[in-house]
Amino acid sequence: MTMLAPYRSLQASANDGFGSLLRAEWTKFRTVRGWVIGMLVGLLLFLGLGVLTTKGSQCGIQPTGSSQVLACPAPPTGPGGEFVSDAFYFVRQPLAGNGSVTVRVTSLTGLYSTHGGVPAGRSGQSLLAGMTPGVQPWSKAGIIIAASTAQGSAYAAMMVTGDHGVRMQWDYVDDVAGMAGKVSATSPRWLRLTRTGDVIRGYDSADGTHWMLVGTATLTGLTGYAPAGLFAATPGYTAISNGLGTTSAKGGGALATGAFDHVSLQGASRAAQWKGEAIAANNINANSLPASVQGFTQSGGRFTVSGSGDIAPDVTDGASIEQTLAGTFVGMIAVVVIGVMFITAEYRRGLIRTTLAASPRRGRVLAAKAVVLAAVTFVAGMVAALIMVPLGERLLRESGNPIIPTSALTEVRIVVGTAALLAVCAVLALAVGTLLRRSALAVAAVVAGIVLPYILAVISGILPTGAEDWLLRITPAAAFSVQKTLTPYPQVFAQYTPANGYFPLAPWAGFAVLCAWAAAAFALAVFMLHRRDA
Amino acid sequence: MRQALHAEWTKLRTVAGPGWLLLAAIVATAVVGALAANAISCPGGGCQIDPAKSSLTGIYLGQAIVAILATVAISGEYSTGMIRLTLTATPRRWRVLSAKAILVGTATLVSGAVAVLASVLAGRLLLDGHGIDPAHGYATLSLANGSVLRAAAGSVLYLTLIALLSLGIATAIRDSAVSIGVVLGLLYLFPIIAQAVGDADWKRHLDQISPMTAGMYVQATTDLRSLPLTPWQGLGVLAAWAAGALLVGGLLLRLRDA
Repeated sequence: MTMLAPYRSLQASANDGFGSLLRAEWTKFRTVRGWVIGMLVGLLLFLGLGVLTTKGSQCGIQPTGSSQVLACPAPPTGPGGEFVSDAFYFVRQPLAGNGSVTVRVTSLTGLYSTHGGVPAGRSGQSLLAGMTPGVQPWSKAGIIIAASTAQGSAYAAMMVTGDHGVRMQWDYVDDVAGMAGKVSATSPRWLRLTRTGDVIRGYDSADGTHWMLVGTATLTGLTGYAPAGLFAATPGYTAISNGLGTTSAKGGGALATGAFDHVSLQGASRAAQWKGEAIAANNINANSLPASVQGFTQSGGRFTVSGSGDIAPDVTDGASIEQTLAGTFVGMIAVVVIGVMFITAEYRRGLIRTTLAASPRRGRVLAAKAVVLAAVTFVAGMVAALIMVPLGERLLRESGNPIIPTSALTEVRIVVGTAALLAVCAVLALAVGTLLRRSALAVAAVVAGIVLPYILAVISGILPTGAEDWLLRITPAAAFSVQKTLTPYPQVFAQYTPANGYFPLAPWAGFAVLCAWAAAAFALAVFMLHRRDA
Repeated sequence: MRQALHAEWTKLRTVAGPGWLLLAAIVATAVVGALAANAISCPGGGCQIDPAKSSLTGIYLGQAIVAILATVAISGEYSTGMIRLTLTATPRRWRVLSAKAILVGTATLVSGAVAVLASVLAGRLLLDGHGIDPAHGYATLSLANGSVLRAAAGSVLYLTLIALLSLGIATAIRDSAVSIGVVLGLLYLFPIIAQAVGDADWKRHLDQISPMTAGMYVQATTDLRSLPLTPWQGLGVLAAWAAGALLVGGLLLRLRDA
């Protein structure tokens, strides 16, 4: 009896690993001319719209009596590199080395204009005559030690504010709360700043004997003589019309006046006199009053200081680099169309049956498609963003816009985030296409699912702010927060709404929302692909 | 022409898709409108809101579904090869497109009217409970009010024109995925670009030519002076887009092989 060996084909067995699947899907992608052209068209439209929006964002000022339009001046930058407002009235003496400033503040009062900016041709008391008495929430008066009187120099200050109690603020962005409550003659506030080398400590007290440490600041560039003394400043009056998305802000300049006594300065030379100066800034939207109405009085040990402007981050001037990426939406529509067709075309042509016969493990087929699609889209998105961000910055500058400074890390996040956003959109489209199998339905579902919440929340102005924030937390449109660069500051009163570029979620958290949608759709697509006949 | 209409009506009637899409358009429009009306509250009064426009927010979504319906009405024929049969039966190609436009337009008009009436009713019931009522200086939402009637009737026409625009684009492009991408891009991109443009003049011009932004002006009932076009002019811009798309689509249908 002879043993027969079982039959074996002489053909080497085909490699059915994931690598071959990827190669097969990549071949499908690159050999369909429409998809490659679609990708390129998407990329070109991305760039085209970016150029249109950046060129269409002119910023210019026309000096009175001149026909020439000048580029908008850049605001000063603070020690952290951000745009800042640095306008206030400063009553100072030089502090040679270590020392301290102590005062008692007995009142903070103010005047504000409700009707726009400063009327032309009016100055001095006639300007103040038409104003309404009252302080702004962030009107401030107190003591300050600065590295110099130059715009944007490092400083630390203790102050009383209109509505936010005693604060210690330094270097524009840092803000720590001290004693709560409003200042008045019956409940005065004692403030103290001490300097040890480049370290400034701020204290407050209700009675001048029991002191509480509020904060400690280390200032860069604080060497040798440092101007120290009293200051007053106030941002302009801003009225925001009630709650809904179409909020519009209007207002006018304001003046804050602080009254001080028990002023003592340790560490200054005996001969020095108090010297007053209005530190003025060129921020366009600052809404501050001219130097002629600011000033100080000194009689006996009592001082009053009146100032206008703000020492704080500037959140209204300049163009942000995210403005260069408006074309993301057109790129997104292109990749959604391609992503959907990457699977629905197989159904239409019957190719899906060949694909699934060649690779019966269906989940892996869809995974291979997703990988190829995501990789192609990511590369295309990366190329588009890498060209657009520097090009757009240049065009914005040529249109007269100062560019809001952003760290290199943020720029990398915007570029990578834009590419990743497009790649995840493509995967979401692929998954929805697999689920619905009908291309028109799938494209409309994905585009409307992403763009519509964005339009309703950011542009239409129909919904109240709370509803807008919720849309940008739970819908795929949350992902656009990955392109956002602006920081809201609690110590600056402004409209931190989606329409102004402030999204409710942190950049990558918003991106994660889109990823969750894509992952859920993908899981469901794999499940349905297994269950249904092709 | 009657036969062509009858043929198109049979196609529309005997496929499950269009019926579901029309139903979905009605439900989506009314539900989104109701959600938006429900989200608005102004207990103190004095809010800058447009009650009619807010209750018709659902049109933003409803138009996408109407666009699918109109796109598939022609691109579906190309994907199945049915178009060759259609053109064999009715060799006058303009007639085929006209019949489709009339059918799709009428279907949208009817379901749009239902959707808009439901939205206005929902807005009327919900806004009254949220401080947008006569006690706070807002008139109750009613079609007897001329400007509310214009907003409502205009919204129905808006949806119809969106359907015609989509039909024209899909006739020119033929592929359903690409057509719907182009339609939605045309509708949704203009407002996004206009918002990204910093210059006020550019923004105004973009808004004036944008099919969606300008078309939606017909819904405005308050603060009409701030709009760059009057409500009916705005709808006219959308009508011009729709007419242009149908013209280009019809010419291409006439000139190309199917």
